[in-house]
Amino acid sequence: MSVKKLPVPQLVGRALEGDRRAIGRMLTLIERGGEPADEITDLTHPATNGAHVVGITGAPGAGKSTLTGQLIRHLPTLGLKPAVLAVDPSSPLTGGAILGDRVRMDDVAGDGGFIRSVATRGHAGGLALSVPGSVRAFDACGFDPVLIETVGVGQVEVDVAGAADTTVVVVNPGWGDAVQANKAGLLVINKADRDGANDTRRDLELMLDLSHVSGHEDGTGYRPPILMTTATDGSGIEAMWGAVTAHRAHLEATGALERCRAARFRYEVASRLTTRMERSIARSVDDLTPDGRSPATVAADLAADFLA
Amino acid sequence: MSDDKQSWPSKSDWQREYDATRLRDVPFETMSGVPVDPVYGDAPLPGQYPFTRGLHAAGYRSRLWTMRMFAGFGTAEDTNARFKEILRNGGMGLSTAFDMPTLMGYDSDSPWALGEVGRAGVAVDTLRDMEDLYADIDLGAVSTSMTINGPAAALLAMYIAVGEQGGVAKADLAGTIQNDILKEYQAQKEYIYPPRPSMRIVTDMIRYTSAEMPKWHPVSISGYHIREAGSTAAQELAFTLANGFAYVEAALAEGQDVNQFGRRLSFFFNAHSDFFEEIGKFRAARRIWARWMKERYGATDERAMMCRFHTQTAGVSLTAQQPENNIARVAIQALSAALGGTQSLHTDSFDEALALPTEKAARIALRTQQVVAHETGVTNVADPLGGAPYVEWMTDEMERQAEAVFAHLDELGNGSILEGVYAGIDNGYFVGEIADAAYRFEREINNDQRIIVGVNEFTDGNEDDETNLLRIDHSVEELQRKRLEAVKQERDSAAVDAALTAIRTAAADPTVNLMPPIIDAVKTYATEEEISNAMRDVFGTYVEQAIV
Amino acid sequence: MPIESTDTRQPTIRVVLAKLGLDGHDRGIKVVARILRDAGMEVIYLGLRQTTASIVAAAEEEDADAIGLSMHNAGHLALAPSMLAALDDADLDIPLIIGGIIPEADIPVLEDAGVAAILGPGAPAEEVVAAVRGAVAART
Repeated sequence: MSVKKLPVPQLVGRALEGDRRAIGRMLTLIERGGEPADEITDLTHPATNGAHVVGITGAPGAGKSTLTGQLIRHLPTLGLKPAVLAVDPSSPLTGGAILGDRVRMDDVAGDGGFIRSVATRGHAGGLALSVPGSVRAFDACGFDPVLIETVGVGQVEVDVAGAADTTVVVVNPGWGDAVQANKAGLLVINKADRDGANDTRRDLELMLDLSHVSGHEDGTGYRPPILMTTATDGSGIEAMWGAVTAHRAHLEATGALERCRAARFRYEVASRLTTRMERSIARSVDDLTPDGRSPATVAADLAADFLA
Repeated sequence: MSDDKQSWPSKSDWQREYDATRLRDVPFETMSGVPVDPVYGDAPLPGQYPFTRGLHAAGYRSRLWTMRMFAGFGTAEDTNARFKEILRNGGMGLSTAFDMPTLMGYDSDSPWALGEVGRAGVAVDTLRDMEDLYADIDLGAVSTSMTINGPAAALLAMYIAVGEQGGVAKADLAGTIQNDILKEYQAQKEYIYPPRPSMRIVTDMIRYTSAEMPKWHPVSISGYHIREAGSTAAQELAFTLANGFAYVEAALAEGQDVNQFGRRLSFFFNAHSDFFEEIGKFRAARRIWARWMKERYGATDERAMMCRFHTQTAGVSLTAQQPENNIARVAIQALSAALGGTQSLHTDSFDEALALPTEKAARIALRTQQVVAHETGVTNVADPLGGAPYVEWMTDEMERQAEAVFAHLDELGNGSILEGVYAGIDNGYFVGEIADAAYRFEREINNDQRIIVGVNEFTDGNEDDETNLLRIDHSVEELQRKRLEAVKQERDSAAVDAALTAIRTAAADPTVNLMPPIIDAVKTYATEEEISNAMRDVFGTYVEQAIV
Repeated sequence: MPIESTDTRQPTIRVVLAKLGLDGHDRGIKVVARILRDAGMEVIYLGLRQTTASIVAAAEEEDADAIGLSMHNAGHLALAPSMLAALDDADLDIPLIIGGIIPEADIPVLEDAGVAAILGPGAPAEEVVAAVRGAVAART
């Protein structure tokens, strides 16, 4: 039977067994949201294994996709089975999107790694709403690590940090002063074969020193290491992954992993609640017309109804 | 910006060059018998820096543009027969098209070659094919143009080896190899390795030919493909010349002499449909190149300042609807190239929108050039449109737009156009601009803001019977695979392996010129793919970003 | 225009666009990518030098609703059937749309082989969008 016509429990069952087509279809249902997505959440949640979630962010052109591609090639040699969510923005005008990251990842069918391209679909933060659910789905299907690759500066970086255990911030030589490293698990200077790589490293070290002094770090005294890579030929990839696993070990040792995941849980519940609320609010407010009462009174009355 | 009259050489300098030029033996008069001057209007005159009005004082009075028609299909033997026919008919040069696998560094037995062997051009896997391609042709007596980029070094090496076999020294080999790798990343996409190592191969070839092959043009810096990919005329002009500046800077950085290699560089432009825009573009190209070579790159030999170019009429302008209309399009485009002063011209066949040209269509295309050259009288006067207000304004405008692009690349590259071009390839600037222009053009046609006859207007006649289409015979593939297998059986595998190792070693050392080890390798009958792979091992391969 | 996390309108169509084999002419396929994006679709743009294997893998992982291939080098009579065969082998019931330079005479051949729609060079935006929507609707 075509995967498209399967009821959700059977679809999830097939996906958990490793059927790639079923996994692909399941991810679509998660993206579409609504009851099927909630059902999938309920079915996949118990099957999760605590996969390591790694966010890979940085400005456009930094080489994130190529770097991610190198990781997908490298990780299976360590016995790992990676999945990738490659996130790109949807057009605010038309709602459509061009999703072109997987080309650079150059995945070869059958290697075990799974790449899924995701459009933000208007989500203000820059990460698609479906990301947490998709991460959970991959985890349940036995993928580990789950890599979230996204163009990110500013708000998106915050979002990724919220969705990932370890955030990797990728820069290029010459970009030392434009980086938000607050939540970074590690910093990667890609295209390190170019001029200025060492100067950039120095700038970043300086910035980290200042963060330490000003107290802008994760509270555990953790200082993200700086790695040098040349994604086009793969140099530095092993060391980079070493730093990622070291960060994970640090998170576990300090209890930060649990705290992080608890925060993510709260965040996901909050955003689901928000979505539900927004819908209810829209319904309540759509047909309102001024009736003499002040907006504050009207809102208070409606809220009382909701929360009753 | 426009030519400043005060500082230009006098007309008597022009006259001196003109008088010293041997002219064609035809009357330079109108059809009615009115004699006309070789040139009209003001300095700078043709042949005078910055060559806006042409490279030579006598224009086409001394020599018409070369009517260079492409050939290349099937096996080497098929093409060899076509070459001999061309030479018998007084053709002026051999222009070779290669099949897709050859263009991309793959052999005929590669999985990538399926359905492609001998189709878009001739299949060349080893030196054996090259020997057959030029069998019984005296390479010392012809001029050859090879349209190939990524694997260009291997093909040039094979050509040299064939010449040697025929007793022709390298120094006597005349011709061009396209070898313009930068535009591949921007437009044609026939790249193999990433930009920097590819540039090293190109500069190695420039250095090698400058020293050993003075009659050989090692790069044909091309705008044709950039335009076909959808760029505007000004972008074609700007990106092409910028690529040219990049090659110059790369060669200079290695200590090569700008006057020596500068003379060997040539260009390849598109002749599209907006008549005056094209003419302005050609004239601006000459002016810009001369200025930059002299003022920025320090050339002192005028020959190193000359933008000599080949032109091809715009393939992308040909319509499948009412294809006979393409004959008119090509004629007008050819005329613009002649009025723009091209050194060499290829005219497309009217049925090329659908498939490879039939022999009759190819003949009409050649006749079109001949009509322009012999019946219209435009060749009697050099730069006949020079001085016309619109044409001069257009020339200035094309230059202005191009200079804006150069300024941007200069900034991107911190004062180096070479670095700016690398950065532009890296960050998608070129492909983005081209994709934007292509999209705008499609929208204009879609919205009927731009009329294309037969496509969105004047469509009466579209239902007429389809022209006869050339269908390629697929047995070539089997034949070629067998030939390749035979060569692999007969050759000395140990020698091949040693030669490939030598290439890898040379590739890893930027101070070593790659041409000699590649020449050695082709002589062992190493295949084109094996040679390309040896360099893939060291340089890696290039995967482009998805920029739409 | 706010886009809700739940698609209360038609679900977003996801299309894989690619070129098979060595042909490097991507001007047309890039225009199509923009057209589809402007029509609200998500385009998984694979670009040049794809194999039937890479396209099948992408179609599976991306749960593509349609696959669009662009062809210019007269390879359509070999390439289109090989793509259809690969989709068949992978048990993927996804409509295949071919665009590019296809002679009139070959259109029925391709349609009989199972190609869902064929778009000529420079087909107007409306036609492209309608072809994709139509092909997707026909398989739902």
